Amino acid sequence: MQHAYLKLDHIDKSFTRGNATTEVLKEINLTIDKGEYVSIIGHSGCGKSTLLNIVAGLTGTTQGCVLLENREVNSPGPDRAVVFQNHSLLPWLTVYENVKLGVDKVFSATKTRVERHAWVMHNLNLVQMAHAKDKRPSEISGGMKQRVGIARALAMEPKVLLLDEPFGALDALTRAHLQDSVMALHQKLGNTILMITHDVDEAVLLSDRIVMMTNGPSARIGEVLEVPLARPRKRLELATNPAYLKCRQRVLEFLYERHRFVEAA
Amino acid sequence: MSMPALKTEVTTAAMPAPVIAAPVVTLTPKSAPRAEKYAKMAREAAVRVVPPLIVLALLLVVWELICRRAGSTLPPPSRVFKDTKELILDPFFDHGGIDKGLFWHLSASLQRVALGYSIAAVAGIALGTLVGQSVWAMRGLDPLFQVLRTIPPLAWLPLSLAAFRDGQPSAIFVIFITSVWPIIINTAVGIRNIPQDYRNVAAVVQLNPLEFFGKIMIPAAAPYIFTGLRIGIGLSWLAIVAAEMLIGGVGIGFFIWDAWNSSHISEIILALFYVGIIGFVLDRLIAGLGKFVTHGTSVS
Repeated sequence: MQHAYLKLDHIDKSFTRGNATTEVLKEINLTIDKGEYVSIIGHSGCGKSTLLNIVAGLTGTTQGCVLLENREVNSPGPDRAVVFQNHSLLPWLTVYENVKLGVDKVFSATKTRVERHAWVMHNLNLVQMAHAKDKRPSEISGGMKQRVGIARALAMEPKVLLLDEPFGALDALTRAHLQDSVMALHQKLGNTILMITHDVDEAVLLSDRIVMMTNGPSARIGEVLEVPLARPRKRLELATNPAYLKCRQRVLEFLYERHRFVEAA
Repeated sequence: MSMPALKTEVTTAAMPAPVIAAPVVTLTPKSAPRAEKYAKMAREAAVRVVPPLIVLALLLVVWELICRRAGSTLPPPSRVFKDTKELILDPFFDHGGIDKGLFWHLSASLQRVALGYSIAAVAGIALGTLVGQSVWAMRGLDPLFQVLRTIPPLAWLPLSLAAFRDGQPSAIFVIFITSVWPIIINTAVGIRNIPQDYRNVAAVVQLNPLEFFGKIMIPAAAPYIFTGLRIGIGLSWLAIVAAEMLIGGVGIGFFIWDAWNSSHISEIILALFYVGIIGFVLDRLIAGLGKFVTHGTSVS
């Protein structure tokens, strides 16, 4: 029997404000293997971002715990690096310095200054951003910022890479381009990736498994879908692939038929 | 449907040679664009400088006309210039005591401001960070600050004279107490407004509190801090003139008071002119520093 690499064990989460308690997540159980690409999809407000924050350690659980390599993790750390939706680059640092911030901290004991510099440049090269290393975030485009965000996360050599709707704020063309980049990186580096998304095509294209969440409050995992598509995947070839279309259909049915988004009354 | 598109592609691909050969670049002398650049810069400078100069000239003319009549209580600009010519031309004389050139008075005032303001900047940023970061510090200190900051600067002077028994530290204390409040309050607002995203980044990278302070808090709050610092420098320059009138000794404030006591109205006017110019320069200095430090994200 294979050990789960990342395990979400009976996670409940509720927020309390005054006397009112809202249960956001209920009984979330999920195991992710090493090197797996798992997406979590659901309507907005279903608590998927909360779930990612719990895995990242930025939010605590009410019940249950997150296990990474059989060790409980409950505070944030570079072993679960996050790529934030709005890139969250520090505007007063250059592209290079933004990536270096994490590298200096994580590898302060294990790498020399020269090695750290080489490692920062290596990661900027991975996302094809080495040419802009001395620019500030305000001087580069949204897609480029997100590339740097990915480089910053990758450079910490995380055990799990957490992507919080990483392409949500980008235009369709840039998004497709960046999705291809992330696929290529996953292929090359074999990272374990947990991604939050609300884009059905993105989920099917990128993931090995798609976790579909029911609507909140008390959202739970409704269904987990395996995507039986061989890698490397090609966007254009998949458009007519029956297995791809079937997966897409399954997710759409789940989201729009069985768990249609109900506007809060 | 794709046929016409293909066809145009072929035709354009078939004759690339004339397209490339067509533009012949002629080398233009390099001085021409540079001269143009200087002309443009001169024009921009003129647009900024000429209107205030015209207004200034008009005001001087009006002032001259009003104060020229016999029995006028204030001297016209021509008289002011004639009376203070020596002071303007030789600001560095030193006849001992308080009989010194304007340079020495201004430099004494500036030294007091520099000292008091520096202490206020350090203390203000430190206290502002505390109040911005800790809810309990805010609850405890904020009401106190809100009351204390409304006290006029000069009201502190008798108390500080009683405490320090000397003019110099009292003046510096008044500068400090005047300029510290806006620095505290703006820093606190800046710290409180640090986006959660930056805090998350710091948490994931696992910055320790000291690194968080230096690498996230101060740069993120810098635009707010510099707003506070600018208000602070303005207020301290306001306060020093008033404080020096009361404590005496060397200083531009006392120079004005002394001129009034000896009925040298022209000297007062000259001193006011200098006070205004220096206040303006100090303000621009802090604004420029803020712009430099925050890479242009600070409002100026």
